[in-house]
Amino acid sequence: MKQRSLFDIISPIMTGPSSSHTAGAVRLGLMARNIYKEKPQKVIFKLYNSFAQTGKGHGTDKGLMAGLLGYSVDSNKIKNIFNDPEIKDIKYQYEYEQNIERHPNAVDFLLYGKINMRISGNSVGAGNIEITKIEDFSTKISGELNTLILFYKDKPGMISKVSTLIQKENINIASLDCDRDAKGKTASMCICLDSEISDSIIKAIEEIDDVYFVRNLKRLEE
Amino acid sequence: MEYSFSTFESLLEICNKENKKIYEIMQEKEAFDFEKTVQSVRDKTEKSLNAMKEAINNGLKSKEKSISGLCGDDCYKLLEKYKRTGTIFGEVFEKITTYALATMEENLRMNRIVACPTAGSCGIVPAVIIALSEKYKSNKEEEINALITAGTIGYIISAKVAMAGAVAGCQAECGVASAMSAAAAVQIMRGNEKQKINAAALALKNILGLTCDPVSGLVEIPCVKRNVFLAIHAITAAELSLADIESKIPPDEIVDAMMQTGQLMSPLLKETSQGGLATTKSGILIKKRIINTQ
Repeated sequence: MKQRSLFDIISPIMTGPSSSHTAGAVRLGLMARNIYKEKPQKVIFKLYNSFAQTGKGHGTDKGLMAGLLGYSVDSNKIKNIFNDPEIKDIKYQYEYEQNIERHPNAVDFLLYGKINMRISGNSVGAGNIEITKIEDFSTKISGELNTLILFYKDKPGMISKVSTLIQKENINIASLDCDRDAKGKTASMCICLDSEISDSIIKAIEEIDDVYFVRNLKRLEE
Repeated sequence: MEYSFSTFESLLEICNKENKKIYEIMQEKEAFDFEKTVQSVRDKTEKSLNAMKEAINNGLKSKEKSISGLCGDDCYKLLEKYKRTGTIFGEVFEKITTYALATMEENLRMNRIVACPTAGSCGIVPAVIIALSEKYKSNKEEEINALITAGTIGYIISAKVAMAGAVAGCQAECGVASAMSAAAAVQIMRGNEKQKINAAALALKNILGLTCDPVSGLVEIPCVKRNVFLAIHAITAAELSLADIESKIPPDEIVDAMMQTGQLMSPLLKETSQGGLATTKSGILIKKRIINTQ
């Protein structure tokens, strides 16, 4: 449960017109950027349902791109993002689809570069978001807390190794979710933390045997 | 301070017991809950306030159209009208109506606004607070007090009803913004705590059943003009409340009624654009035109 705040009501300061279709889109882009970490050479945005239907009028396409380039929800760059110098060396395209199995405001980022990655997420209202999938792994990333994402080989003791390292800095784990391909195959861990974790601990986690991929996702600013 | 309240009744009780105003209780609670100082809560509120003023100032100077081309020059038209013939209600009315339009039109132009409580209702609270503050020559601190008061009303309502058209129709967006503004107006006009909550209750009571049926799913028709109407609605509620005209139904029960009304409302009228204005002959034509030009 999220602690309720006065500033749930009198913010965010944002670029209009829609908290779900504009601000939410920017935050999804920002999260995709943090997960992918590199600047992509090419990106395909797949927009679903309401994002596809009313996205253009709400600047959803611009918001997604602005977030991917690192601009915040109140940036005055969003409006003219397709003329931004940052966009020059990126190839991009938008695809629109109806799919009742997906959330009304769903998007897939297909990112191409040094590595290729598919990241899926939803804009769930009032500017709040969730990243629901990285490649084929289910995730629960809202950006409200610092979140650690790991891909690793499914085997006994992995959760314990990771949580022991986190405990070294006396950081509280708010939630922990795991998923896996199949027994003994690739698994994913999604850990929400109450405070920021140091780079040295991240490095130690990366060095655990059979950990393939680690991302330390800082909480998104309001 | 560690205050706990999720109803208007419990808030008023705390105000009476501590002999403090609503904004004082809220800013102390926010500071406690998030391990901040009261000053930092007020600073953050001031940031929102400044962004609201900036949006009004920019909006008053622009007639740029929205992406869809549907809206964008209404504030300009209204300002021109007032220049020619004024209004029967006078300067404050002129300010509230144009400030609400200015803010909503900035929103459509993809410029910066403050969602309060949502982007689709972003014109109401700023219009009321800034116009009244200018009328009564309030200082910055008083404006912050008013905005925190407004936020507290939304905070309590949102304990029961999520602030989204998809949940409870426009009741939960422009309706709540109007209730928030009514309490803020009483704060600026130096009414007591009971009058602030009662003003919110009166405003809310008179928007029950308000649907969310935007044409083509865009935050434009009817949202832009609705912000103007519901900003004025807030002033009516504030004036009645300052005369101690009480809502016979207590505020918390009105929120319950609002939630129930939201649940009974057809999903076709809750931000899906499948009924109401969205599916009128003209609404459908507008939608087709927008899709064809995209």
